[in-house]
Amino acid sequence: MPPKQVKSKTAASLDRKRSKRGDGDDLTEMGDGTEQDDWMQAKTLVKPEDQLELSEAELKEEFTRILTANNPHAPQNIVRYSFKERQYKQTSSVDQLAVHFALDGNLLHKDSEEARKQFNRTGLAETKEAEPAEGAAEAAAAEEGAEEGAAEEGKEEGGDEEAATAEPTKAAGKEKKLTNQFNFSERASQTYNNPFRDRGTVTEPPPRASFSSNVTQWEIYDAYQEDFEKQEKSKEKKVIPGRKEEEKSKKKFQISETSSDDITRVETAAKIVERMVNQNTYDDIAQDFRYWEDVSDEFRDSEGTLLPLWKFSFEKAKKLAITSVCWSPKYCDLVAVSCGSYDFMKQGSGLIILWTMKNPSFPECFFETDSGVMCLDVHPQHPHWICAGFYDGSVAIFSAVDKREGAIHRCTAKNGKHTDPVWQVRWQKDDADNNMNFYSISSDGRICLWTILKNEMVYQDVIRLSLPDVSAEGPDGIKVATTGCGTAFDFHKQKDYLFLVGTEEGKVHICSKAYTSHFIDTIDAHNMAVYKVCWNRFHPKIFITCSADWTVKIWEMKDTMDKSESVDETRKPLFSFDLNNSVGDVAWAPYSSTVFAAVTSDGKAFVYDLNANKYEPLCEQMVAQKKKTKLTHVEFNPTYPIVVIGDDRGNVTSLKLSPNLRKMKAEKKGAPPVDEATKIQREIEKLEKILSMVRNQPTEATA
Amino acid sequence: MAAEVEETLKRIQGHRGVTGTIVVNSEGIPIKTTLDNSTTVQYASLIHSLTAKARSTVRDIDPSNDLKFLRIRSRKNEIMCAPDKEFLLIVIQQDEQS
Repeated sequence: MPPKQVKSKTAASLDRKRSKRGDGDDLTEMGDGTEQDDWMQAKTLVKPEDQLELSEAELKEEFTRILTANNPHAPQNIVRYSFKERQYKQTSSVDQLAVHFALDGNLLHKDSEEARKQFNRTGLAETKEAEPAEGAAEAAAAEEGAEEGAAEEGKEEGGDEEAATAEPTKAAGKEKKLTNQFNFSERASQTYNNPFRDRGTVTEPPPRASFSSNVTQWEIYDAYQEDFEKQEKSKEKKVIPGRKEEEKSKKKFQISETSSDDITRVETAAKIVERMVNQNTYDDIAQDFRYWEDVSDEFRDSEGTLLPLWKFSFEKAKKLAITSVCWSPKYCDLVAVSCGSYDFMKQGSGLIILWTMKNPSFPECFFETDSGVMCLDVHPQHPHWICAGFYDGSVAIFSAVDKREGAIHRCTAKNGKHTDPVWQVRWQKDDADNNMNFYSISSDGRICLWTILKNEMVYQDVIRLSLPDVSAEGPDGIKVATTGCGTAFDFHKQKDYLFLVGTEEGKVHICSKAYTSHFIDTIDAHNMAVYKVCWNRFHPKIFITCSADWTVKIWEMKDTMDKSESVDETRKPLFSFDLNNSVGDVAWAPYSSTVFAAVTSDGKAFVYDLNANKYEPLCEQMVAQKKKTKLTHVEFNPTYPIVVIGDDRGNVTSLKLSPNLRKMKAEKKGAPPVDEATKIQREIEKLEKILSMVRNQPTEATA
Repeated sequence: MAAEVEETLKRIQGHRGVTGTIVVNSEGIPIKTTLDNSTTVQYASLIHSLTAKARSTVRDIDPSNDLKFLRIRSRKNEIMCAPDKEFLLIVIQQDEQS
């Protein structure tokens, strides 16, 4: 044990005491009373003789010192050789650590060499040497000053010769304990034991319910589906934190949706049931629509009939005329009709109605408008968009799926409204920027292109119809160029840019979107207003016109090359049919190049098939229920063999074409089914064959 | 919106041969009816369980499928059941021939 390096008096006295005790190598320092007193004394101040005497002022003077962690004695300029850079370099880091005091421990392991040496030095015999018991005991006695009692006991035992055998172990037990230098003592005491107490309370039993259920496959499926959706949702949340707000708003929306009136939630069910009830009510009509064929057609060669099916009438449309009819391109049972009035004196509100054959008693959907609707068109790609033209000259678009009342967009006098009724509107292919657009024609002589942008509708005048050969005189004698009054147009099926325009003067212009100032060709087609112009669905050069002058005419577009030769001769139609009354509308059949239907103001519908009869209609039938009802429009269903005919009393009638009216080119039995292209080719050929006969003697073809 | 549905229901009720319209909620309790009390309760409970069974059958055959409409053609009338998400609409229509 290293001597304690304490220079105080107490330490000195302790040393002395230790030497007094004999060996002076006792490991324990007994903290007796005197020692503590000595320690206390050390607290008294001892003034060295050479201490400076300071005045009061000097004492109060303040010295500011800052303690830093830097070692003032540490060298600042240690230089080492760097092998990497091959030169001496000053090391930047300076060791600031200063050791003021270090003390090694004084505990030794019992079995270590040093410990053994120490034992030897003290003369303590190892137990393993197995000395005679007395010797061990004596050694213990000699060595021990403090534990004399124990030593005596040992002596007594040592004297006991008989116990010699047990002695060595006992002596080992009595061997001097290696105690630590701190006077550690362990004491234990027992506290009182608190008496045990039991306490119990009875709670209300948790509610129980017996539950039983059958698990079916679909319940398992639903559970999995729900879990899957949850997982998807959580994934989405992780990926796009920005979506959160959107979802929140969605949730809000859902909440508001579900909190609406209870009864609204049976809406779809009610709709289905209504259709089913109608199906039951009009079961016979549905059967006819599907299965009835006029058997008498087999015995007649070129005659057919129209079988009236459902009649669609709506209370609000009773006093309005059907101004246009358009089948939905997607749902073959859905037809859109516009209601307005052709009578200048009886203008009022208008209607757009969507009828479905599944529910003839009530419209699927309708829009009420403040002005008469004169025309509409259903978008071919997006069948819920409907554009409409009004009697007041405005155009608007409606969405059949939005539950909104009224138009999505409607033009005003500020942005391009026509100054006369709009007679026809027609959707076009989406433009280069994928904006929807449609054309409108009005009797103010303008043909407009309307483009639907995000939240507005912009217009562009495509063509202004003018009558170059007629000029009106203004009030002060100035010649004013008169404008033609457009009443109908139709766009070419294949060539996007080409379209026909019919005017109130009876002219038909062949126009191109590319030229806004002049027409490709002009035909003096009719003596009165042209009500409809329509390209043939198959033949790219044939079109049909109908007019208030009682006629329906079929024309061929001349190639621009041989236009020069035909300039002088007055253009003659290929066919001309006199229907003995103003012809409201004419329509080509979608299934044949030679079939068309026309309706007249005396309530009759005509169906022609040029293939069967070039002069007479296959069918001439009274459709209107009342004598004075005028038929205004007709349209073929694109899939089923039916036509719808609108009249001026708001009624729409659907009629089934008898087999003779929808004769396709007879296919040979056993022949492979032909594809669409060859079908079209055959239809063109069929029409071409008839035309070639007519072209040679054009004058003959008037009926 | 609600008015529109009411209108539709009224139109259904006004159709030829329709004798009753019942709206039943998911627990089989009639919440709207045009029939008298006892008939309504009878129809509601019976048709509700039948529809549930029919739906279960359809879904068991193909879990991604669902029942849209159930018509029960009887000698005297036809019962049409259109289950919606939460409601069941029952319409009874007399057969025209009988």
